[in-house]
Amino acid sequence: MSSRRIFARPARFAAIAPYVWMALFFLVPFAFVLKISLSQTAIAQPPYEPVFDLTAGWDALKAAFAALSVDNFRLLGSDDIYVFAYVRSLTVALTATALLLLIGYPIAYGMARLPKRWQAVAMILVIVPFWTSFLIRIYAWINILQHDGLLNQILLALHLVSQPVVWLSTDTAMYIGIVYSYLPFMILPLYATLAKMEPALEEAAADLGAPPWQVFWLVTFPLSLPGVGAGVLLCFIPVVGEFVIPDLLAGSNALMIGQTLWLEFFTNKDWPVASAAAIVLLVVLLVPLLLYERVQKRQLEQGR
Amino acid sequence: MRKVSRLSRFNIASLALGLAFLYLPILILVLYSFNASRLVTVWGGWSLRWYHEFFNDRAMIEAAWMSLRVAVASATIATLLGTLAAVALSRGERFRGRTLFSGMLYAPLVMPEVITGLSLLLLFVALNAERGFWTVTVAHTTLTMCFVAVVVQSRLGSLDRSLEEAAMDLGCDPVRAFVAVTLPLIAPAIVAGWMLAFTLSLDDLVIASFTTGPGSATLPIRIYSEVRLGVKPEINAICTLVIALIAVVIVIASLASKLSSSQGESAAPL
Repeated sequence: MSSRRIFARPARFAAIAPYVWMALFFLVPFAFVLKISLSQTAIAQPPYEPVFDLTAGWDALKAAFAALSVDNFRLLGSDDIYVFAYVRSLTVALTATALLLLIGYPIAYGMARLPKRWQAVAMILVIVPFWTSFLIRIYAWINILQHDGLLNQILLALHLVSQPVVWLSTDTAMYIGIVYSYLPFMILPLYATLAKMEPALEEAAADLGAPPWQVFWLVTFPLSLPGVGAGVLLCFIPVVGEFVIPDLLAGSNALMIGQTLWLEFFTNKDWPVASAAAIVLLVVLLVPLLLYERVQKRQLEQGR
Repeated sequence: MRKVSRLSRFNIASLALGLAFLYLPILILVLYSFNASRLVTVWGGWSLRWYHEFFNDRAMIEAAWMSLRVAVASATIATLLGTLAAVALSRGERFRGRTLFSGMLYAPLVMPEVITGLSLLLLFVALNAERGFWTVTVAHTTLTMCFVAVVVQSRLGSLDRSLEEAAMDLGCDPVRAFVAVTLPLIAPAIVAGWMLAFTLSLDDLVIASFTTGPGSATLPIRIYSEVRLGVKPEINAICTLVIALIAVVIVIASLASKLSSSQGESAAPL
């Protein structure tokens, strides 16, 4: 037997503890979300019924099962608020992802073309803001965008506007916040594929007479598609369920699904509806999530 | 013929603009935390007044202390579990349930936080667990161990496996070979993973909001409730302190990854 195979056996045992942990704290909770999404609100502790009590005997358990219903899902499908919230979440996520790609690509491209020594520096510079707190980055923008904030002061001083512009509580502010927060997630996978690309390919196209734009469009861009895919998924999925950014920067007249879920849970104390909203959100994200897992797996387990 | 420089003016401009976009807001925030004026927008000279205010704000200090404890505890557990998971995935070859295992590890990286937070809370309620320090710690561990696993796994993937095999050919059993050869080589990635887990935990608002109980707010929860009421110079000061703390952490992490890249070819991403 090769030493590689002998090494593999104890390595497999290493999976036990994290396996049990993730099963208990990641997988099992979804069963509870599903169960409570089929329950009704109640003024009780916990605030839903039926409550499954294994000690109450078989009949009580059967009655509890019978009391489950899909009413909450019917509510989500028939109430415009929720339908709008899902549609808005998807449109916001699509728009924001497109903006991120548009802004992130030139930056990643610039990084990949730097001399090797500077590439490492640029990568650290892009990662550092990702390490500073998410909430702080949003707060920084509130500072800038508020009524008498820096942006309005500059615009007024340059006489570009005659009175302060309302930035906060608008979709513009929200998109700025999303792009700002997620930019490193878009840049890094793009940079990773662009940096690995063989420069000879672009040079060959140029030598054969292709103008720079064509070189980019026919050679560079198609070759960077794996990075584009990873970056798009890495941004799109979490943005669909985003709560903090729309809550602090966008107006309150149109909510995203993360916000309605939060509202149902914390303000209305309607745990069953919040759970149903979470289940629907999960179903919406299932396909992109599975795609993302495949990308991640390929990156870590084959591409070395 | 290979061209010497492939950097166009467009490349340089997009890099400069991109970095300015990433850094200016944070610099402005830090600058205004030293502003003497109560009005956030009017510069009233340098002052440490808002830092003073923060250190006298008991509720904020308590929240900061809670956050630090949670971050240290959850990062430590997450590093242990995440490293084990990375070893199993990159050295365990095939084993039963491997697909599910890697799926459970990669999904939380992008899963919307509202879903993770809600599902964990419902579990804690069903288990009748008292909500507070431990529930938040468990929740953060669940999220951050996945990041640790990715960082360590990518380091393990780039490692020359013949080193481990040589150790075993020379008579080490697998565990000894791992401890004596592999572990020192992936140590920088483990350190970087701990740092990442620490900052992610320090940063999290949504999952902590769901899983904490009354009277044990974390710092982001306190900051969030203040920010909803508007901009306050004291918040700028707190944010600057958090940034400073994270900056120290980054310096240590980058020293660690420098160590790692001098030993291997490339440091782990993220």
